[in-house]
Amino acid sequence: MEHSPPPFFRRGPTPLARLLLCSLLSVAFLVADARYGYLEGVRKVVSVIIYPLQRLAGAPRALLDTAGEFFVTQTALRTENTKLATQSLNDAIMLRKYAALAAENLHLRDLLGARQRFPESTIFAEVLYAGRDLFTRKIVIDKGQQHGVRPGQPVIDQIGIVGQVTRIYPWLSEVTLVTDKEQAVPVQNLRNGLRAVLGGTGNDGQVELKFIPLNADFQNGDQLVTSGIDGVYPPGLPVAEVSNVERNAAYLFARITCKPLAGVASHSQVLVLNWENKLPERPVEEPKVLRPKKPRRGS
Amino acid sequence: MQARDISLHEILLPVRGVFIVITFIAALLVDLLPWSGWWLYVKPDFVALVVLYWCIQQPRKVGFTSAWLLGLIMDVAEGSLFGQHALAYSVLAYAGIVLHRRVLMFTMRDQILHVLVLLLLNDTIVLAVRLFAGAAFPGFRYFVGSFVAAAMWPALTFLFKLPQRPLSDPDRV
Repeated sequence: MEHSPPPFFRRGPTPLARLLLCSLLSVAFLVADARYGYLEGVRKVVSVIIYPLQRLAGAPRALLDTAGEFFVTQTALRTENTKLATQSLNDAIMLRKYAALAAENLHLRDLLGARQRFPESTIFAEVLYAGRDLFTRKIVIDKGQQHGVRPGQPVIDQIGIVGQVTRIYPWLSEVTLVTDKEQAVPVQNLRNGLRAVLGGTGNDGQVELKFIPLNADFQNGDQLVTSGIDGVYPPGLPVAEVSNVERNAAYLFARITCKPLAGVASHSQVLVLNWENKLPERPVEEPKVLRPKKPRRGS
Repeated sequence: MQARDISLHEILLPVRGVFIVITFIAALLVDLLPWSGWWLYVKPDFVALVVLYWCIQQPRKVGFTSAWLLGLIMDVAEGSLFGQHALAYSVLAYAGIVLHRRVLMFTMRDQILHVLVLLLLNDTIVLAVRLFAGAAFPGFRYFVGSFVAAAMWPALTFLFKLPQRPLSDPDRV
């Protein structure tokens, strides 16, 4: 009969074996997530489990906000009210003009046979918290799959583009800000219509135009709006303003840094644009006809 | 010297599993508070700290399974790569379990130094994974949280041992 240790000493595999198992499992998860995106289902399940915790953790701030609202002075309220009334009057005039222009535009596009722009609807969302991952620039908003948010939708505030929905959960979604290092927005210079790609730098409050030739016509103060050619962002939304142009002949491209216009780092409410751009099908590339090479002279 | 001996030979009640679970949930809650701006850099990784504490204090009750699962939860909460915290916490649990006999023999000051190194290791693993995945280095302020966490170690030890202390001293009556 084999001798085995008494139950007290039985501790299963050694710590090193367990560590190896856990590490292998983690690395497998990492690869599956980073390379292939297999684990979105698992992520959703875990997110449902921790959702109550997330809401609970957000409760103190919400309570503080409510308490703060309670102690607003009457003067502050009246000042704000006056300001809002003035603004609403101004906006009303602009809106009247806009309605007329939109109608005219519709008519003209109709006449020209151009594609109609699709009307867009928005989903109002509150920012739950700024992303806590130090390596990316993200925010989490309180609307998710259940509210009709889909990945890839642009997110704006009252001024311009904030970012893009990159991941959805049942009741939350994750928005990558334009300042994120891996986020790119196709833009157009409002002054001369030059198209470019705007990329984040990973720093708050700074974005840059990528791959711009040294002689391209960009100046300080140029307004950049979305060009809309990507089919993700609707055209004409303000994105950033050129703040510094550095042309150094030693480099291939000009270094153009810009400031995002929307309060990318400092908002509490955003709008998710429900915008679908039905682009016509990409023309099919004609298969190249392989021609037999002409025999070279001399061979 | 005297105080050290007392704390070493203190007779405590056995820890209850419910209490461990509660501390884990509390750590998650504190971690999930809406931190932003430079607070994000100062904020210690509470979950890592609590995992390390229990792995050192109760290596038979808390081990790889809980560390790994908590890591997965943290990954989802942070929206980061799936598995990066799981990997880091597993290594942390391993270090805690292997070193638990040694760490507890030291004075509080030396324990802090041990914990600091282990937490920095935890940070470095997360950093390495992210750099592999193509992220930019967020600067050395990234490590500040671990120093804050290590400084919290004595308070944590005191707090977490409270439920284990006998209510009244039976010798004194």
